[in-house]
Amino acid sequence: MTLFAAQRDAQVALMEAAGRSPWHDAARRFAANRAAVAGVGGLVFLTLMAIFAPGLSPHAIDDLAWDAISIAPTRENSHWFGTDDTGRDMWVLTWMGARVSLTIGVLTTIVALSIGVIYGATAGFLGGRTDMWMMRFVDVLYALPLLFFIIILVTIFGRNIFLVFLAIGCVEWLTMARIVRGQTMSIKRKDFIEAAVASGLSSAAIVRRHVIPNAIGPVIVYVTTLVPTNILVESYLSFLGLGVQEPLTSWGVLISRGANAIETAPWLLLIPAVLLATTMFCFNFIGDGLRDALDPKDR
Amino acid sequence: MIDYALRRLLIAIPTLFLIVTASFFLMHAAPGGPFDAEANLEPQVLKNLEAAYALDRPVPEQYALYLGRIFRGDFGPSIIYSDRSVTSLIATGLPVSLQLGLSALIIAACIGGLLGTVAALRQNTNVDYAVMASAMTGIAVPSFVMAPLLTLIFGVTLKLLPIATLEPGGSLARAIPAFAPLTPYIMPVIALALPQIAIISRLARAATIEVLRQNYVRTARAKGVPGRSVVLGHTLPAAALPVVSYLGPTVANVVTGAVVVETIFQLPGMGRFFVQGALNRDYPLVLGIVIVFAMAVIVMNLIVDLLYGVLDPKVKTGQA
Repeated sequence: MTLFAAQRDAQVALMEAAGRSPWHDAARRFAANRAAVAGVGGLVFLTLMAIFAPGLSPHAIDDLAWDAISIAPTRENSHWFGTDDTGRDMWVLTWMGARVSLTIGVLTTIVALSIGVIYGATAGFLGGRTDMWMMRFVDVLYALPLLFFIIILVTIFGRNIFLVFLAIGCVEWLTMARIVRGQTMSIKRKDFIEAAVASGLSSAAIVRRHVIPNAIGPVIVYVTTLVPTNILVESYLSFLGLGVQEPLTSWGVLISRGANAIETAPWLLLIPAVLLATTMFCFNFIGDGLRDALDPKDR
Repeated sequence: MIDYALRRLLIAIPTLFLIVTASFFLMHAAPGGPFDAEANLEPQVLKNLEAAYALDRPVPEQYALYLGRIFRGDFGPSIIYSDRSVTSLIATGLPVSLQLGLSALIIAACIGGLLGTVAALRQNTNVDYAVMASAMTGIAVPSFVMAPLLTLIFGVTLKLLPIATLEPGGSLARAIPAFAPLTPYIMPVIALALPQIAIISRLARAATIEVLRQNYVRTARAKGVPGRSVVLGHTLPAAALPVVSYLGPTVANVVTGAVVVETIFQLPGMGRFFVQGALNRDYPLVLGIVIVFAMAVIVMNLIVDLLYGVLDPKVKTGQA
């Protein structure tokens, strides 16, 4: 009887060990990181607010309250975040801005991710001369103040929101390409790939079981830093008056308008600035948590 | 090493050429021109204006003209500042931007490096947590938020520093007259340097922690080398590497950050001219500034690479 129980325990332990893939380990480590979990919670909250909050207010984005211009946050008339200098409700403006800022952050990152992964993986796989020229090109682009190119692009081809995110995405792929290339090259030469080939695993299985899980960690970590970077780039452009245009709004637009009224109506700057900073905090916490969770060095 | 520097400078020439060409054709690719904003120009006046700036010629011809001028060191006439040449605008703007950018860069590297090292040496203490929390804040609060906040606190409320002028002023200048000439630069430099301090302190901390775990540091300690010598002799040089290699991107960040900071504090630097030029499609002005900025970034990257070679014996710059 005890022998049987011991055998069963051993079997259970074996099954558990088999079920603990590196991903499970990483997920467990991530869940144990309170700052990272708080970051995820904060982002979920911000996203939900961006989707639903404008609908909670009785005001529309283009309602001009002539009797309540530049009032501080108040519960009266449900101007929870106050109003701006034209009497528009800041609650609605801020959360509509959140929609634009978060969307731009994600979309630009997808553009940069696609270009960077394809470019980097191609260079890494082909190697040799092609790789050298492809990466030399990246080096040349790295040396340029690329934000100026975004500014030139945007001033010339019109201040269009789609252009803004295309321009940002087309500029921010360089680091991604370098990371992916480095990963591809180093994994290609690893002993465990050779072992997998020797043991007769198919190429598809090797890519799925070994290459992607090992290459994707730094990419995921970099994505969590790229989204907030791109949100900042958009805010920067909008701040200069080159990004999102009225009637659309973004945190950068609101911060820019708030900065002009900082002596008379500081909440116009503070509210979008606090939300932007909170978003940055959340992404940074998540990024740090993921880095710790996925970094094989600390296992 | 001189060989390497020369080769790098040679590579910079096609890079600059690429920049000039790309920005030139980008600016001329879209419909419209610099005089769109001026409503109701007489057709003949418009024609004369375009002829004066050679805008009526075909684009390739304009390009050839422009290249020829650049080789003679002439960036051409500005269009929005109609009585000035781009070269003279850059000559007035560059010193302001340089002062601003270099101070921010030096402050960021020194304070960031110092904070990071201290945090690493006191790892997992309150000092460490305080430094890392402020670094997180520095990263989360961009300069275009920090600048108005600084203005509100130190300029408007406390009246310590002058706002949006290059004239010394504020109560700080009156209290310590020797400081007065610096006062207009304090807030712009802080706004520009803070995000970089944050990033650099994180890098320096991570690098120092990594070095502290190395065997040679343990050996040094076991031999009885005093703590200060271990830090100065072993950890600092190794921890400086990632900081130095990050200085390249920092230069680019400071240059782009200067655009916003100069706009907010209304300093007559290159960044403000750039924004004005871009908004009004002043081709020669924008191109000239892009070229100068790109040159600054390229030269700084070269200096950083050379410095890296000096610090890290593993990197042989001669073969790179």
